[in-house]
Amino acid sequence: MDWAYFLQQLINGLTLGAIYGLIAIGYTMVYGIIGMINFAHGEIYMIGAFHSLITFLICQAAGISGILPLTLLLMLFVSMILTSIYGWGVERVAYRPLRGSFRLAALISAIGMSIFLQNFVQISQGARVKPMQPLIEGGITLMRSPNFDVQLSYMQIIIILLTFVLMVVFSTLIAKTSLGRAQRACEQDRTMAGLLGVNVDRTISTTFVMGAALASVAGMMVTLYYGVIDFYIGFLAGVKAFTAAVLGGIGSLPGAMLGGLLIGLIEAFWSGYLTIEYKDVATFGILVLVLIFRPWGLLGKPEVEKV
Amino acid sequence: MSMLKIEGVHTFYGNIEALRGIDMEVNEGEIVTLIGANGAGKTTLLMTCCGSPQATKGRILFEGQDISRMPTHEICHLGIQQSPEGRRIFPRMSVHENLQMGASTQDPKYFDDDLEMVFDLFPRLKERISQRAGTMSGGEQQMLAIGRALMGRPRLLLLDEPSLGIAPLVVKQIFETIKKINREKKVTVFLVEQNAFHALKLAHRGYVMVNGNITLSGTGAELLANPEVRAAYLEGGH
Repeated sequence: MDWAYFLQQLINGLTLGAIYGLIAIGYTMVYGIIGMINFAHGEIYMIGAFHSLITFLICQAAGISGILPLTLLLMLFVSMILTSIYGWGVERVAYRPLRGSFRLAALISAIGMSIFLQNFVQISQGARVKPMQPLIEGGITLMRSPNFDVQLSYMQIIIILLTFVLMVVFSTLIAKTSLGRAQRACEQDRTMAGLLGVNVDRTISTTFVMGAALASVAGMMVTLYYGVIDFYIGFLAGVKAFTAAVLGGIGSLPGAMLGGLLIGLIEAFWSGYLTIEYKDVATFGILVLVLIFRPWGLLGKPEVEKV
Repeated sequence: MSMLKIEGVHTFYGNIEALRGIDMEVNEGEIVTLIGANGAGKTTLLMTCCGSPQATKGRILFEGQDISRMPTHEICHLGIQQSPEGRRIFPRMSVHENLQMGASTQDPKYFDDDLEMVFDLFPRLKERISQRAGTMSGGEQQMLAIGRALMGRPRLLLLDEPSLGIAPLVVKQIFETIKKINREKKVTVFLVEQNAFHALKLAHRGYVMVNGNITLSGTGAELLANPEVRAAYLEGGH
């Protein structure tokens, strides 16, 4: 067995998995709090990618793109803020008016929102693929073997580290702060949370904002990592991150992170050892298997509560 | 002065008119109980006081202010807390976190003192502080639900069937605690109960609800002596 090749696929898989994990958190949190799949979440990620690209182009036009750390920070924060507004708006426009309606209504509205956002970006930004010049190049050669060098690029290091930091910050926020507690309370019993003085609508909005902020980071990293984006990237990434959330256990935060990593690894190893053409089939095959045999996922729990 | 005044309130529960013109009041410092059979609309009345669901007709005044069109969370900020039917503790949170949720409306500076106060009333909760609330017994969950409501420093405490599904010994303890909360903490209590005997003995005044209407009212002792009440709610086991 070629360990160098294996190691390289592992690195690629972790990088990809980090990105899926960040998007998956948005699915799982929204599902946890209002019990619906926000199918427009993939589009939020795509919009995040566009915001980071546009911010970069503005920096370039302003002549400050030479100062790399400043440009990257600007891309990160501008994209997070603008994309959060979209996340907030989607909930406000497409879901809140339907709260209390039957479940399918919100789901249809979500799909409608997804189609709308895709077309909105296609029309406003054009349908052509947008290139992004590489900002962070180079890397470390971890291992040399006769026919293969294992590369860990600086971009991959940034993606994995930033994802790790965000997930730690985010988990702490949910576990320790009063905002996180209010979110978990709304997740478990929305009416009761209201009776205790929690503004439920605002807590739900905050959840969408947080999910959108994380998705925008994923969007920015993909823009930098692959160097091309278009209006359609949200669909596949969205469905894969959704698969990751289901695999980890929808509603479970650690589950979304674990699911993301696993989907990334499965995709990388499938492409590396089997057929790259069928990597999406592998991912969605997993979705089918999980839904049949373990619908509550790896870290979710079948709903049994003592009352 | 009446703290809570309910005037001609109608509420729909789905397509059913659960409340058909309720008039009643709770005065400051009182324990008032509402008794009635299952399905009479008692829980709906308590929930309507908290704006979930809102009354379709009529007014609810809390200290003179009309709260019938206010969102639930704002009503809570005025000083009304509820320990609802079925307790509704947060099952996947610890006891401590549940109590923190109860203090959502309060300045954190009160938290430690209030926690001590709740532990004084329910020492069992202190032993269970880090346990997941969903794994506790029914009686303990009821104590938690009341304790959680007290963490919000209520002036009016709404209690929905605190005796339901709980061992008789614990019921006695909970009723004694309610009395203590009313006397020592100066909290006005509006108590909904099916356990009419205990409730009427405890309460200053009581109301009887039948099919979404108030049919009788009087002091606790009067209602206990009333032959209609005795026949309908007291004979047969209590």
